[in-house]
Amino acid sequence: MAIFLTKESKVIVQGMTGSEGQKHTKRMLASGTNIVGGVNPRKAGTTVDFDGTEIPVFGSVAEAIEKTGADVTVIFVPEKFTKDAVVEAIDAEIPLAVVITEGIAVHDTASFWAYAQEKGNKTRIIGPNCPGLITPGQSNAGIIPADITKPGRIGLVSKSGTLTYQMMYELRDLGFSTCVGIGGDPIIGTTHIDALKAFQDDPDTDLIVMIGEIGGDAEERAAEFIKANVTKPVVGYVAGFTAPEGKTMGHAGAIVSGSSGTAQAKKEALEAAGVKVGKTPTETAKLAREILA
Amino acid sequence: MDLFEYQARDLFAKHGVPVLAGEVIDTPEAARAATERLGGKSVVKAQVKVGGRGKAGGVKLAATPDEAVARATDILGMDIKGHTVHKVMIAETAPEILEEYYVSFLLDRANRTFLSIASVEGGMEIEEVAATRPEAVAKTPIDANKGVTPEVARQIVEAANFPAEVADKVADVLVTLWDVFVKEDALLVEVNPLAKVASGDVIALDGKVSLDANAEFRHTEQHAELEDKAAANPLEAAAKAKGLNYVKLDGEVGIIGNGAGLVMSTLDVVAYAGENHSGVKPANFLDIGGGASAEVMANGLEIILGDPDVKSVFVNVFGGITACDAVANGIVQALELLESKGEEVTKPLVVRLDGNNAELGRQILDDRNHPLVQRVDTMDGAADKAAELAAK
Repeated sequence: MAIFLTKESKVIVQGMTGSEGQKHTKRMLASGTNIVGGVNPRKAGTTVDFDGTEIPVFGSVAEAIEKTGADVTVIFVPEKFTKDAVVEAIDAEIPLAVVITEGIAVHDTASFWAYAQEKGNKTRIIGPNCPGLITPGQSNAGIIPADITKPGRIGLVSKSGTLTYQMMYELRDLGFSTCVGIGGDPIIGTTHIDALKAFQDDPDTDLIVMIGEIGGDAEERAAEFIKANVTKPVVGYVAGFTAPEGKTMGHAGAIVSGSSGTAQAKKEALEAAGVKVGKTPTETAKLAREILA
Repeated sequence: MDLFEYQARDLFAKHGVPVLAGEVIDTPEAARAATERLGGKSVVKAQVKVGGRGKAGGVKLAATPDEAVARATDILGMDIKGHTVHKVMIAETAPEILEEYYVSFLLDRANRTFLSIASVEGGMEIEEVAATRPEAVAKTPIDANKGVTPEVARQIVEAANFPAEVADKVADVLVTLWDVFVKEDALLVEVNPLAKVASGDVIALDGKVSLDANAEFRHTEQHAELEDKAAANPLEAAAKAKGLNYVKLDGEVGIIGNGAGLVMSTLDVVAYAGENHSGVKPANFLDIGGGASAEVMANGLEIILGDPDVKSVFVNVFGGITACDAVANGIVQALELLESKGEEVTKPLVVRLDGNNAELGRQILDDRNHPLVQRVDTMDGAADKAAELAAK
């Protein structure tokens, strides 16, 4: 089963002909993802060769869906054009759009998010500024390395890419149902809560690891959601205890403003909801192991 | 990026938000001519990116050009909550103020949209008003694509119970302020106070603007001009010039990692480890990013080794896209580069490499066998070693 992405998923890549898009399309193909096409209006009708696999390029997302039945798009287009690319995906009503691009202006994200709402939320958006998601052994939509871990029964949702990798590595012997990197921007499509809900409903997930970081109150809201709706065990980790107030720590959304958005407040909220929170990634992995043992 | 008041004032003026005349100066003598241009009297306002400057004595009236020079002399160089005043704004004196209001637009992260906040009780911190008289604060979600039309502005004015005689004028201010918010790619535009003056006009007397650094691609030159280069830490400035994502902190363990989340986590893990080693703390945040090359690694290391506060360095890399052999080569090259420049490298480096090509990367470091570099294979173990070395 897994969440959001399975071996049945037919994936297209917006920006496949660019250097980042090419590099990662190759990696996704190597990890078994069923990539059925790329989108670039200027190169429509051509194909791109990936080590002997010819992937067709379509003029639009709508055309790609019509010709291939694609249901996932991974977006690598540069930040100036990302909003248009996401709007195109929403217009084509593709069920899942994974926005990898980082450095997108908040006004652009707010705009495509509002547009998705207006169009009835037919497209699940993951990201922007995220590593995407992987269902090990089935499909990989984004830039998460496929060789860290194997299929298993842990679900992972994280704001951070490299902490996703770190946690997959820590628990590599146990394996994961799906790992979702939701991104660290101030506005994101899929939230911790969306992923928690999906993992709660996923028969192939026994335990959920959630990774948060300073900024906003997504973790606090996730804690409330867990208290009310999640019966599966949840283990948490929050990064940024030592971050000074008012400084953006790498991710555009990772900023403590006054007394809000601190790691301490997030940890306390999660613990109050019954989530075991580790002090370090390694300790967090240990907590997960203890529960599954 | 938070702006100074005078920069916010300029952006307000550019988009038609009513403001008073004013100009920014950085020497006391310049206050004279500026005040003369305003008709002989002015308000001398400290330009600092922190609230409470009025109470701290950073805002003074000047009845004559001479007095303006004297007040500017007092205020320039003043310390306000840890911020040194390098610039003052010489502003037109406000006409008689009858009422003070508050209006702002900001990002509402939780609801993934924008929010308008408006109150007829302006002049003080809006958080204070919200805490004591929540009914006096009107919050209205704004659709990012529809924006603040005259109708939406009208709704905000009604929701906040603005008096009928200023309703149209406040609505006009809201529409122009929304223009500032959208066209300048702001995360916050705030007018406090928005003053009703004796003539019946409403004027933005003070304002805050924070711009989205991610939107720099649409405003490249402007962001460069608005940047406060005087306040930037020299190490932060040097890192920025090399395109590195660096924040100076006050500890002793230099940190380099890849990915914002992992680096934040590394700071925390080092701080915990430091509890057992004389309380040493992380000296900086430095994210070399996904897919970092040897050159980026070398640039990062050069910045960190150049920080006199740093006693030891922890390089913590989980290779996702980044290949650990490139990281290892970067470390080796950086040390060679620094040594070739005649700089003596004396600070120990603790390196933890995992993930993509970790074995290759570890082998490169082992082969090089640099006396200052040691490998530790776990993140917690490496943090402990780096803290221990910094505490020596």
